[in-house]
Amino acid sequence: MKLLSFAALIIALCLISSSVFASSDVVAPVSPVAGESGMPWWAWPLILFIVTFLMGIVAVLGGVGGGVLFVPIIGGFFPFHIDFVRGAGLLVALAGALAAGPGLLKKGMADLRLAIPVAVIASACAIVGAMIGLALPANIVNIALGGTILGIVAIMLMAKKSEYPDVKQADNLSSALRISGVYHEVSTGQDINWKIHRTPQGLATFIIIGVMAGMFGLGAGWANVPVLNLMMGAPLKVSVATSKFLLSITDTSAAWIYVNNGAVLPMLVVPSIIGIMLGSIVGVRILAKTKPAAIRYIVIFMLLFAGSRALLKGLGIWN
Amino acid sequence: MSKLQATEEQLAYAKLLDLGMKFGLLTLVVTFIVYVFGIFTPHIPVEELPNYWKLPVKEYLKVLNIHTGWSWIGSVGKGDFLNFIPIVFLAGVTILCYIRIIPILFRKKDTIYAVLAIVEVLVLVLAASGVLKAGGH
Repeated sequence: MKLLSFAALIIALCLISSSVFASSDVVAPVSPVAGESGMPWWAWPLILFIVTFLMGIVAVLGGVGGGVLFVPIIGGFFPFHIDFVRGAGLLVALAGALAAGPGLLKKGMADLRLAIPVAVIASACAIVGAMIGLALPANIVNIALGGTILGIVAIMLMAKKSEYPDVKQADNLSSALRISGVYHEVSTGQDINWKIHRTPQGLATFIIIGVMAGMFGLGAGWANVPVLNLMMGAPLKVSVATSKFLLSITDTSAAWIYVNNGAVLPMLVVPSIIGIMLGSIVGVRILAKTKPAAIRYIVIFMLLFAGSRALLKGLGIWN
Repeated sequence: MSKLQATEEQLAYAKLLDLGMKFGLLTLVVTFIVYVFGIFTPHIPVEELPNYWKLPVKEYLKVLNIHTGWSWIGSVGKGDFLNFIPIVFLAGVTILCYIRIIPILFRKKDTIYAVLAIVEVLVLVLAASGVLKAGGH
């Protein structure tokens, strides 16, 4: 926490004070005009840092991953090309998952045996998705992204959750892979034995999830959790934790494709990662004290607005 | 959820991931400071960035004569490319974690998972290799 706070302070100071250094010819002298907006070059990264910080808070309170908010909002309302936004979005989701992963694994909340087979499929398909995404024109990406975000809104509004899905019998594949576990539920004081079913169907669904994660740079918690929980029957807490950990693998493969194809700009990536991680930490602290019910609806509204924006931008109606 | 149910390989994975993540994030902040303060001259002057971050990646690469894949290593002395060190480290830490657990899985005679872990490493190494190029648009 202290490290991240310090990092955030440094980045904000860097972005402001570096304008002084930049204008004093530390770097090659060039046109001082920063694009069409007329703002100095450091204004957008600074705004990005502030917006991602707020996004991190809202994401935690709204129960969504930062990645799903990042791409449509930054892609829709910032001057950065969608290629770089998706690259940054993947790295933002990756950094969040890497940070959360160790704690979730150590506590036994995320399950490695459940994650490994799923990760092989999702990460391989995320590579395909990333390559498709980078090959498509921006307007097509925006149309597909807009449609996907609106689909996510529908999932958030309609999908139910099940704390302890009723799995009468584990299927053959999950039995062969020995995917099962026990955890202690603090709220009830019970040891919960869990197993899963419909493993082949669940794994097949991760083909689509992997492709979409790579194509849009969204992270994929919005899809992982319903599949692990409702389709495969893992308890909700195990599903959420394993999903978060899973992103660290899925997004890794897609992130490499973006990095190797040049779609990563450090000036977008670093303020975004630090901003959203710091916001998440603040969000968790707020969450410990209160959870305003309205936040979830605010997140849904934000996604609805950003998804519509991406769709209309792609269709050339709202540029 | 307080009881520790984590297996040996899960704990080994978590420990290495924790170390790697902290090192990666710390390095990310340090290299960004170096970049923004112009300690190493960047390939793209920061004032010119707004002219390029709005371009599609293919055009951006062409206009600035930036090569893809691992070619950034040759320019690592430049402030902006220096940031790729922590970025690729963060993208690579998962590969290290998988490599770490493979011997544990073999020792426990968990052959299916050992093979799955090897396959995952191969998938991630393929992605990291730079061999896979996205088509132009």
